Amino acid sequence: MAETAQMKVSDEVAIRIDNMNKWYGAFHVLRDIDLTVHRGERIVICGPSGSGKSTLIRCINALEEHQKGSIEVDGTLLSSDLKNIDKIRSEVGMCFQHFNLFPHLTILENCTLAPIWVRKTPKKEAEETAMHFLEKVKIPDQANKYPGQLSGGQQQRVAIARSLCMRPRIMLFDEPTSALDPEMIKEVLDTMIELAEEGMTMLCVTHEMGFARQVANRVIFMDEGQIVEQNEPEAFFNNPQSPRTQLFLSQILGH
Amino acid sequence: MTTFSDPPKASFRPSMLLSDTRYRSITFQVIALALLVTAIWYLGSNLAANLRAAGLNISFQFLGNPAGYDINQTLIPYTSQSSNLQAAWVGIINTLLVSFLACVTATIFGVIAGVLRLSNNWLVRKLMAGYVEIFRNIPVLIWILIIYTIMTAAMPAPSAFRGDDPASTMMLGSFAFTNRGVYIPGPVWGPGSMIVMATFVASVIGVFAYRRYATKLLYDTGRLLPMLWPSVAILLLPTIIMFFIMGMPIGLDYPALKGFNFRGGIQIGAPLIALWFALSIYTGAFIAENVRAGIQAVSRGQSEAAAALGLRPGRVMNLVVLPQALRVIIPPLISNYLNITKNSSLAILVGYADITATLGGITLNQTGRAIECVVLLMLFYLVISLGISMVMNVYNNATKLKER
Repeated sequence: MAETAQMKVSDEVAIRIDNMNKWYGAFHVLRDIDLTVHRGERIVICGPSGSGKSTLIRCINALEEHQKGSIEVDGTLLSSDLKNIDKIRSEVGMCFQHFNLFPHLTILENCTLAPIWVRKTPKKEAEETAMHFLEKVKIPDQANKYPGQLSGGQQQRVAIARSLCMRPRIMLFDEPTSALDPEMIKEVLDTMIELAEEGMTMLCVTHEMGFARQVANRVIFMDEGQIVEQNEPEAFFNNPQSPRTQLFLSQILGH
Repeated sequence: MTTFSDPPKASFRPSMLLSDTRYRSITFQVIALALLVTAIWYLGSNLAANLRAAGLNISFQFLGNPAGYDINQTLIPYTSQSSNLQAAWVGIINTLLVSFLACVTATIFGVIAGVLRLSNNWLVRKLMAGYVEIFRNIPVLIWILIIYTIMTAAMPAPSAFRGDDPASTMMLGSFAFTNRGVYIPGPVWGPGSMIVMATFVASVIGVFAYRRYATKLLYDTGRLLPMLWPSVAILLLPTIIMFFIMGMPIGLDYPALKGFNFRGGIQIGAPLIALWFALSIYTGAFIAENVRAGIQAVSRGQSEAAAALGLRPGRVMNLVVLPQALRVIIPPLISNYLNITKNSSLAILVGYADITATLGGITLNQTGRAIECVVLLMLFYLVISLGISMVMNVYNNATKLKER
């Protein structure tokens, strides 16, 4: 446990978010977000629903537009310029709560679609890469099935493999285990822990506090569109500073 | 009960026919079948008895007799001396012609309007919503009448094109829009024209081959060839070169005013245009809604996941959204094609000689063979509709999602 949490974090900045604000119409979703993520850092974002945590990570790969402030990923400034968006998206992988595998394609085709059409990788090479990552998430034998034929946990692991096929430098997870049974949560978390051990930069919206303690080197608590508190996991869980964090933790850890 | 394939076990009691789920459904099916057979037998014998009492008999001999009426638009040889069967064929071909044309244009209108209804542009979105709501909420019968009236009342008579140089009053010198229909130039096939056409067909195949090759090249080596311009070049250049090599064998026969009407070229009668256009815009509005529903049925998560992988919007549409949307669009599209085919029977309103107007109209009235004509008519529409259904269902099954 301890060795994972103490894995080396470089000084290189992976993501720099500066005074970022977002509105949905008149609703102020994100307020003055400042966040710097270093390469190799594993950050868990938690908070009550509607606090803007999903919106925050969706802004990082431009699935949502921000209206004020700046986001910089690997030195590329996120703007409305399609070239920049393409560049950032090719470096940032993302996994969703509902997996969002393409149901009309086989598992293998799901994994090779983007490498072929975006990276222009020859099909054979893309398939080799896909099989490599499917082996990594321990489901190479399902390669020729369709997503509808897999269990939820398997689908989420395929989704992780699909992102990895693009060789991202940063991975975003948007509540990856919220739609899964307890048994399947473990197999997905194990995959994510393995990924973390290899030094992947990760931002993970999740309520799996065990995962946060084991893997994260920073836990961020958000409420009402603001970052209320952030700290190392031990300090965050044992000694929360703000009353809002204390209340939240007592509620989710209380039972 | 002799209907059981397996002899009932020793423990079988007659009351189990109603209380046991294993036998219950069979019991009800046998009862329903018996009732149906009785009903058909009763109606059939009733019909036969009534026909006998009225001194009528069922006979299809009238089909061989001369029809004795003229038809204004025919695609196969027909005179008033041709048989009733030949008149029915003319009607069948006319029905198939207008149905096919309307299916094609309705699909084009529908896809364009459906996609544009989801546009980000406020004006385009509202215009398309207006199109859909106006055209699908007014009966198609009214639309046929409106368009036919506009054609016949607002367009000039062929004689209006008279003068020193009638061609100068025609559109581009070769198209004439009159109250009798539209006249367009028709092709004249000279010697060697078949070679030119064969070249064109080969080019069309060539385009598909090129696209396959380009996709294969992308898969094999990762090189993406340009698609649009090479396709256009492959499609047109060989045909144009062959056209000149063969000494320009294909000419155009321009419509020209002779006497009271145009001669030459191809005439598309006002009834056909009214029917075709009305069916297209009316059904197109329904198809637009199917297309919109299909695209919206693909969850946002799909396009988000594709975008997060770095795919550009056009590719997201082609590779992820449309293949899934088609599964939702196809089944109601089948219904709409069937509707077009059946609604084409409204042709009788504007004097378009479809099967309902020939076999079910004039032939029926002149021979008095109502039952025979109506039975044939029903059979025809049934066969066509089931045929369309079958073809589309085969396509639908081929693209269906695998769930387990």
